[in-house]
Amino acid sequence: MTDRSASIAASWAPEIVVGFLIVCALAAGALMSPNFLDATFLLDAGTLYAELGLVALTTTMVIVSGEIDLSVASMIALSACIFAVCVDAQVPFAVSVAAGLASGALMGLVNGLLVVGCGLPSLITTIGTAAFFRGLADVLLGDRSVTDFPAWWIGIDDVAILGIPAPVLILAAAAALAAVLLHATVFGRRVVLIGVNASAARYAGIGIGGVKTWLFALNGLACAVAGLMMSSRLGVVRHDLASGAELQIILIAIVGGTSVAGGRGTIGGTFAAFWLLVLIQTGMILADIGIERQLIVLGATLVVAIIASRLSIEPATKNGVPRLTLRRI
Amino acid sequence: MWRVRSALLRREAGAAAAVGLAIAGLALAAPRFFDIATVQIFLLAIPLVLAASMGELLVVIARQVDISIGSILALSAMIAGMAFRDIAGLPVWAGFVLGTSVGAAAGLVNAVLVNGLRINSIIATLATLNVFRGIVFVISGGHQISADQLPAGLLALAQTGFGVVPWLALIAIAPFAIAHVVLVHTSLGRHLFAIGSNPDAARLRGLPVGRTTGLAFVLSGAAAGLAGVMYVARFGVVNPSSAGVGFELSVIAAVIVGGVSIGGGVGSATGALLGVGLIGIVQVALPMLNVSHVWQGVIFGFIVICALLVDRLTQGGLSRLTRSSGASA
Repeated sequence: MTDRSASIAASWAPEIVVGFLIVCALAAGALMSPNFLDATFLLDAGTLYAELGLVALTTTMVIVSGEIDLSVASMIALSACIFAVCVDAQVPFAVSVAAGLASGALMGLVNGLLVVGCGLPSLITTIGTAAFFRGLADVLLGDRSVTDFPAWWIGIDDVAILGIPAPVLILAAAAALAAVLLHATVFGRRVVLIGVNASAARYAGIGIGGVKTWLFALNGLACAVAGLMMSSRLGVVRHDLASGAELQIILIAIVGGTSVAGGRGTIGGTFAAFWLLVLIQTGMILADIGIERQLIVLGATLVVAIIASRLSIEPATKNGVPRLTLRRI
Repeated sequence: MWRVRSALLRREAGAAAAVGLAIAGLALAAPRFFDIATVQIFLLAIPLVLAASMGELLVVIARQVDISIGSILALSAMIAGMAFRDIAGLPVWAGFVLGTSVGAAAGLVNAVLVNGLRINSIIATLATLNVFRGIVFVISGGHQISADQLPAGLLALAQTGFGVVPWLALIAIAPFAIAHVVLVHTSLGRHLFAIGSNPDAARLRGLPVGRTTGLAFVLSGAAAGLAGVMYVARFGVVNPSSAGVGFELSVIAAVIVGGVSIGGGVGSATGALLGVGLIGIVQVALPMLNVSHVWQGVIFGFIVICALLVDRLTQGGLSRLTRSSGASA
C-alpha cells in the first residue's frame, strides 16, 4: 500500500504519460513531414479511427467496472452485417438501421448475461462470443460483400460541420456524454465503486449485476453505432469488417490510463489516448511502415503504456531520496 | 485427497461422455466417418492442436492464459520454413529443434511480461499475439514459403506413417507424454496445481511462483513452436498472414472442453487429449454432415461457452476465483 499523498500523485500519472507521448508523437511527425502539424490533416486522419475511439469509450467503462470485453470487433462486424443484409433485402432503411443497433445491444446483453447471470469470467467468455459472433457474420454474408447502400448513406467522412469531419464530431459528442455518465452521475460512481471494491459495493446495496449488464449492453450498442459508421465510411460491408480491432480498442482504453484491475479510468484519458493512436498510426503510414509491421509498434505500445502507468514516484523514503517504483496490480 | 481425485475423474468423465456421444451420433448420421480414409484425415487434423494444447494446459492449470500461441505457431513455422528453404540439406530433426526453440524464446517473452512486469496474462499475450505476427511479416518480407522449397523428408511426415497413423500424430504423442509425466510425477506439476488452486497460499508456502508460471509459459511457447514445424510439414505452405490465425481458439476450446478449469488448479493431460479429440471430431465431421465450413467459428465459440457453463455448474475453479477475489478485497 502506498501512502495517501503518493497515491494521489500517482492517480494522474497515466494521463500525464499520454500527454507527454502526444507531444513526442507530434514532434516526431513534424520532423518527418512539414505538413504533419496541419489541423485539417490530423482531423481527417482521425476519421479513420473515430469508430474505434467511440467503442473505446464504453469499453473503458466496462474495464473500470472490473470486467473486459474482447468481442468488440466481432460485435461491430455482426451488427454491420445484419444491417447490410436488411438493406440488401430491401427492408425499409430506418428498420435496417434499427435492426443493426438492436442486434448490437442484444449481443452486448448476451455477454452481460453470460458474465453476470452465469458467473463466467469475462475474458474467456468474450473470446468465445467473439468467435461466435464473427462466425455468425461469416454465415450471414460468406464471401459476399454488400455495397448497395443508398448514395446519401455513403461517405460520412466527407461531411464536415464547421470544418470538423462528422465522425470526429460524433466521437467528441459521445465522449462528452460518456464523461458525464462515468464522472457525474450516480450510475458512474457505482461503476467505479464496483471496480474498486466489489464486496464494499455489494454491502452498499448496489445491484452489481444490473450495472454490469447495462455496461455490456451499452458496449454492444456502441459497437453497432461504430459498425454503421464504418459501413458509411467504407461503403462496403464484409464479414471480416474491423478484424483485429479489439487490439486497438483495448489499447486506446488502457493507454488512456484505465487499469485492467478495474476501479480506475477516465474518459478524458481515453479520448487523449485516441488522438495518440491517430498520431502514431498516421506517422507510421507517413513513414511507409506496412500495416502488418504496425502491429509490432501497437503491441509494444500496449505493453509500454501498461508499465508506464504503473510507474510512480514515491516521495517519502527513509533517506529522503525519491524512488521510482513499479506498482503491482 | 481422495475427493480431489474423484472430482478429477468426474471431470474427465464429462469430456469422455461428450466424445462418446459425438462418435455415436456420427455413427448414425454419417457411417462414412469410420472409413480408414476418414480416420486418417482425423489423425492428421489433431496433431497440431494436440501438441499446442499440452503447453496451454500447463498455463491454464497455473491460472493464466496464453492467447499468443497462434502467432507463436506462425513465427516458428516461418523461421523453420525459411531455414529449410535457405540451408540446403538441413536435417528434418534440426528444423524441429529450431522451431521448438523459437517457440520457447517467444514463450520466455510472455513469461517476462507476465511474471517480471506483472502484466495481466491475457493483455500481455494479446499484445504479443500482434507483436509476433508483425515479426513474422518483417522476417519473411511478406513472402510465403511453398512446398517446392521444402525437403521431401519433412512433407513425408504428413503423407506416410506407421500403418494408418501418420508420423505427425506419433510425434504429437511426445508432448502429451511429457505433459502427463510433468503433471503427475514431478514437483513442477505439483507446484502448478498448488499455484493454480491458491496463488497466495503457494507464495506463503515458499513455492517459486514466478519461476514456475514462467516455466509454464516457456513450455507453452515450445509446444506451440513444435506445432509450428508440424504445420510446415502438414500444409507445405507458410503464409505470413494466414498461418495459425484463430489457432488459439481451437486450443483453448480443446483444453476447456477437456475439463481443465479456467479458474486454475484442475486439469489433466488425459482430459485435454479428450478435448482435442472432440474438437478434431467436430472439424472432420462438419464437411461430412454437409455443414459449410463457415459454421466452424460459430460452433467453436458455442463449444467454448458451453464448456465454461459446464465448468461453472461443476463448481470447478470459479468458486475458487470468487473466493480469492473476495478475500483480497
